[in-house]
Parts: sequence; C-alpha cells; structure tokens
Amino acid sequence: MENKKGYLSTFLNGLITENPTLVLFLGMCPTLAVTTGVINGVGMGLSTTAVLICSNIVISLLRKFIPDKIRIASYIVIIAGFVTIVQMLLNAYVPALSSSLGIYIPLIVVNCIILGRAEAFANKNTVGKSALDGLGMGLGFTCSLCIIAAVREILGAGTFAGIPLFGESFQPVSIMILPPGAFLTLGVLLAVINVIGGRIKKNKSDDTEKEGI
Amino acid sequence: MDNLLVVSHSPHVLGKNTVRRTMLDVIIALIPAFVAGILVFGYRAAVITVISVVSCVVFEWLWNKILKKPASVGDLSAIVTGMLLAFNVPVTLPLWMVVIGAFFAIIIVKQFFGGLGHNFMNPALAARAFLLASWALAMTTWVAPHTAVPLWNTADVVTSATPLAAYAGAEGTVTQLPSYLDLFLGNVGGCIGETSALAILIGGIYLLARKVIKLRIPLTYLATVALGTWMFAGSDGLFSGDALYQILAGGVMLGAFFMATDYTTTPYTPMGQIIFGIGCGVITVLIRVWGGYPEGCSYSILLMNIVTPLIDRVTAPKRYGASKKRKEAKA
Repeated sequence: MENKKGYLSTFLNGLITENPTLVLFLGMCPTLAVTTGVINGVGMGLSTTAVLICSNIVISLLRKFIPDKIRIASYIVIIAGFVTIVQMLLNAYVPALSSSLGIYIPLIVVNCIILGRAEAFANKNTVGKSALDGLGMGLGFTCSLCIIAAVREILGAGTFAGIPLFGESFQPVSIMILPPGAFLTLGVLLAVINVIGGRIKKNKSDDTEKEGI
Repeated sequence: MDNLLVVSHSPHVLGKNTVRRTMLDVIIALIPAFVAGILVFGYRAAVITVISVVSCVVFEWLWNKILKKPASVGDLSAIVTGMLLAFNVPVTLPLWMVVIGAFFAIIIVKQFFGGLGHNFMNPALAARAFLLASWALAMTTWVAPHTAVPLWNTADVVTSATPLAAYAGAEGTVTQLPSYLDLFLGNVGGCIGETSALAILIGGIYLLARKVIKLRIPLTYLATVALGTWMFAGSDGLFSGDALYQILAGGVMLGAFFMATDYTTTPYTPMGQIIFGIGCGVITVLIRVWGGYPEGCSYSILLMNIVTPLIDRVTAPKRYGASKKRKEAKA
C-alpha cells in the first residue's frame, strides 16, 4: 500500500488534485462557518495545517505500533493533543483571533480532513511523505478558505482583511457574510471549478485520442 | 434539409398552448397591478418595473450568449420574473439594487439550476429574500401612497407603516388603520404590485378564465390565511382577528394568484396543490402572528417551493394495479 508517488506530487496532491475542501468535500463545517473574513480564514487554515502536519508525522511514526482495532481512538488522542497545543498558543499570542474563531478551534479535533488523512495516508506511508501530505492538504484547505473568505468579505463587508476597499458610499451585500452567503459562494465556486476541471479533462482525453489515431 | 419532418409519439394534436402563450397571459394579467402601482406610487414604480424587466431579459440573453445555449428570451418568462420582482420591492428601492435582484433571480436561481422548468424556487421571490437579507433598511422603507419619491437618493423620503405593520402595532406607526376600501383599491403603503387587491383580482380572474391557473392553490391559501388570522391574530383572544383586513393587506393576494401558482415550483397533483396552498397559509399566519416580520407571504411560498418535490412524491397517483400487487406479495 506504500504510495509510489514522488515527494512533489504528494505535496501537490493535497494542494490541487485532491484539495480537501473543493474536491474531497471534507471539513465543510469550518469552511462554511469561519469564512466571514480573510483573517479568520487564514487563522483557521494555518491552525489546521499545523495540527495536520504534526498529527500526520506522529501517526506515521507510530503506525507499526498502534493496534488496528483501536487505531481511531489513538488517532483522536494524538490529534486532540496537538489541537490543545495550538489552542493554547492562539490564546496566548493572538487572543483576538482566538476569540473570533471560538469553538471552531477545539472542533479541529473532529475535522474530517485530519482524521481522513491519518487513516488514508499517514497510516500507510513514511514520515517524510506524511509530513508533506499534511503540508499540502493543510495549505490546500487554507487556500480554499481564503478564496471563499475573500469573496464573502469583499462583497459582504466591503473590506479585505479588515482594510476598507471602497468609499463610504458602498452599501455591502450583507447576505454574503450571513450563513446563506457561505453556501452561495461555495456553490458557485464549486460550479466554476467543476467546469474548469471538466474542460481540462476533456482536452486531455482529446489529446490521447489524437495520439491513438 | 429545410423541411424536417417531425417524428413523435401520438397524440398528434396541435394546440395553441405554448410556454410563450402562457407567459403572455401572465404578463397581461399582471398589467392591472402594474397600472395600480403607478397610480398609487407615481412614475418611479414604472421606472423600477421597466429596469427590472430589462435587466432580467438582458441577463437571460447574456447567459445564453456566453454559454452558447439556445436563446430562451423568446419564451417571455424573463419578463414575467422581472415584473414579479419589481412588484415585490418598495417604490423607494435604489435602482441599482433592482439590477442586482434581477441578476440573482435570473442567473443564480434560474439559470444555475438549468433554466425555465428546472429552478427549485420562484426566482422573483428568491431575489426578494436576497435583497431583504442584504439591504434590510432599503427593502423596508415604505412610503404613504402618492408621496413624491425622487428618482435618485431616496434615503430622505418620509416613511410610513404598511397596513400589516400598523396592525401589528409597530413602534411609531399611526394608530389609524386604513379602511377596507383603501385596502381593496390599493390606496396604502407597501410593495409596488401588492397593494391593490382589486387589480390583482382582475388579473387572477383573467388567468382563471384563460385556464392558465387553477383555483386550488389561491383558494386554499387565502382560506387558510383568513381562518388562521381570524383565530389567532386578534388582540381579544381567539376568534377575534380581522380576517378580511389580513387578506387584503400585504402580499398574500399577489402571492396567491401569481407566485404560488408558478408551474415549475408548485406541485402538479390536485391533492398536492391543496396541501401546498394550506402549507403556504399556515406559514404565513405563523410569521404574521408570532414571527419577527410583519409579513411572511414570500417566505411561506419559498419554503413550500422547497418541499414541493416531497409533496409531489407523496401525492403521486398510483399506477393502475401497482399497489394491489404489492399487497398481494406481502400477504
């Protein structure tokens, strides 16, 4: 079951081809809930990335020792440990961000991306690749959060990362920072990505057909 | 190859019943309410309606053009959506918000889901809900009838309460309620197309006469609202509400005849249509009597739009012999 791919493609896999939010649909809850501002999105994404890298490394190190029957429980304990560290660090150094993310930081423990990567990747691969997978997946998650948060913040509040973009006469589309805005943005973004992905796939299959002839 | 022969299943009956004709009937039926809106609120009502219709048509045309789809502007459905959207906003709404509402109705609610016949909720009402959630202040700036509203910069107009807000006793409203005659003729504050019950009834009767709509949904909807508000909307306990006032005020009339009868987003079975009408009525009463908004007509129809596929599934007629066989198999 060892992953045969190289290090670079392991990294890019998480960032693009298997982007956790936009392709695998994992971690939808924080995606919809914390993307009201770019800063929140980046904070959430990087916290998750840190937990993901650490838990992937540790689980990969321990993969030969953890008995199969209690592996999920062991993963949760490891992940919860790292989440607690991240939560305490955020509380100590960026209290404002920590309070605006609120319950979603402790909830990283049950984020499906982390448990999913532990089960699907770190469990079967070497430490180096697991770390890279965690980094790729985490950055992929961060990027998607940033895109969604940027759209919602610019339209819904007229600011980018707290900086006002338009004049005072701008009347923001408040619905975009309300919960429906999250669903609207995610839906439209997924539609666009599916269209682009479909085009790329079609072009590739056209090329191979031509080569076949 | 210019004369392609049509090969299709029987029956080979040529009817005049096309989407275009149906939509044309709806447009004709909406004209009395349009005229009433202009008479009550002045020329700005016409400006908003024209902008809404034009932007709906332009967005639909652009979508088809950009995505290289067959042109669908000719079926006139975008015009109906544009008119209904304009009828569901206050006359003071800034003009650019109308354009954004039209974009939301046509592109996001209608075309993203596959165009006419595939949208899961009424585009005009969804756009209204979108505008209300985004610019709550602009969407609830009501003026008394015959107030002169400037074309631009409408923020400074003198506002007044809608009949329903007055009934609910909103803060700072006049205690004097409008008379039934004013409500019936539309001489009250509110959205552009919803005030005149008379004009809507004329349009509704035309649609019924042309057999574009059936009476089931409007009748059950209005009856449920009347019953519910008579029972619960009064201030002296049960059965003291003013049912006639509640039916004539607000958007229930417009909703019942024009929006709750949309083919795409309402059930197609007779029983389903009755359930739909009652459901709309119950939700409207719930919002009016106990909810935070004075009016709940648009949300009630949107919510029932969403459950329409379920209603259709439950009330679908059984295939001949199908249920019998299943029973036998069980036994």
